[in-house]
Amino acid sequence: MSTVGVVRFPGTNCEFDTVEAIERLGGRGRIIWHEDTHLDGIDAVVIAGGFAHGDYLRPGAIARFSPIMSAVISAAGEGMPVVGICNGFQVLTEAGLLPGALQKNRGLTFINDWQNLRVSSTNSVFTSAAEVDRKLRIPINHFEGNFTCDDSTLDDLVANDQIVLTYVDNPNGSVGDIAGICNRERNVVGLMPHPERASDAMLGSNDGNILMESLLASI
Amino acid sequence: MKFHAVIDVQLHPGIADPQGSTIERALPTLGFDAMSNVRSGKSFHLDIEADDEVAARATLTEVCESFLTNPVIEAASIELTPAEGAGS
Repeated sequence: MSTVGVVRFPGTNCEFDTVEAIERLGGRGRIIWHEDTHLDGIDAVVIAGGFAHGDYLRPGAIARFSPIMSAVISAAGEGMPVVGICNGFQVLTEAGLLPGALQKNRGLTFINDWQNLRVSSTNSVFTSAAEVDRKLRIPINHFEGNFTCDDSTLDDLVANDQIVLTYVDNPNGSVGDIAGICNRERNVVGLMPHPERASDAMLGSNDGNILMESLLASI
Repeated sequence: MKFHAVIDVQLHPGIADPQGSTIERALPTLGFDAMSNVRSGKSFHLDIEADDEVAARATLTEVCESFLTNPVIEAASIELTPAEGAGS
């Protein structure tokens, strides 16, 4: 059985929902403490949402220096699937595993709402089971979710098909309506929406499952 | 030598600053209606040991670029002064 390690920093608060969503789809989820230094027995990593290290300095800025991140960066370099959700996306940009940064939302408010997303690329470990243009209803829950980068980085993201998810109605001002991107090698994905919160019709949507299924299929 | 450093971190122009915007909107309601372009930021105060000011600045620049700022959205300026008792 595939084991997905879900990283838990002080302040992470989506790790159990993420494990639940993975296990409902037949995977095994294992919480990994941020002070751990290895990923033995782990086939893929999810950096779950929350407020790692209290978001002190900047979201993700301190988390990047947690001991587990050396192992995550090394594993990502060797091709292990690594997904960052919400705060996890911020951690991945701060760690240099993904380009760009997440700035405060355009409307200057925290947004907690459902979003319609469009699958822009299926060529990543988190979207491979979906189809291009498929609409997904998945919630967002963030203040700093406004993806930004310089023009040449954006050109690169487009040219290399690294934009994997976009907002249908851009809620936060993200450049290019970007909700999620991957690295050039396509094994590291970051997204602001929370697929683990759209893992059962009872929650209002199960559209997040296709993303988690993609991750499990990528292992 | 020991230096005292004051590091000022500001968002790049154009990057949203809700705190600055909120303060700016509040000022007129308090009767201060002559102010505009309010931007908030962060400052860090610290002491650093280095051979000279050039070396201290080089180290702090590295710290700013790798940790204290996210260069995609922020920039830092560094002020250095000899710390109390320096040279004695």
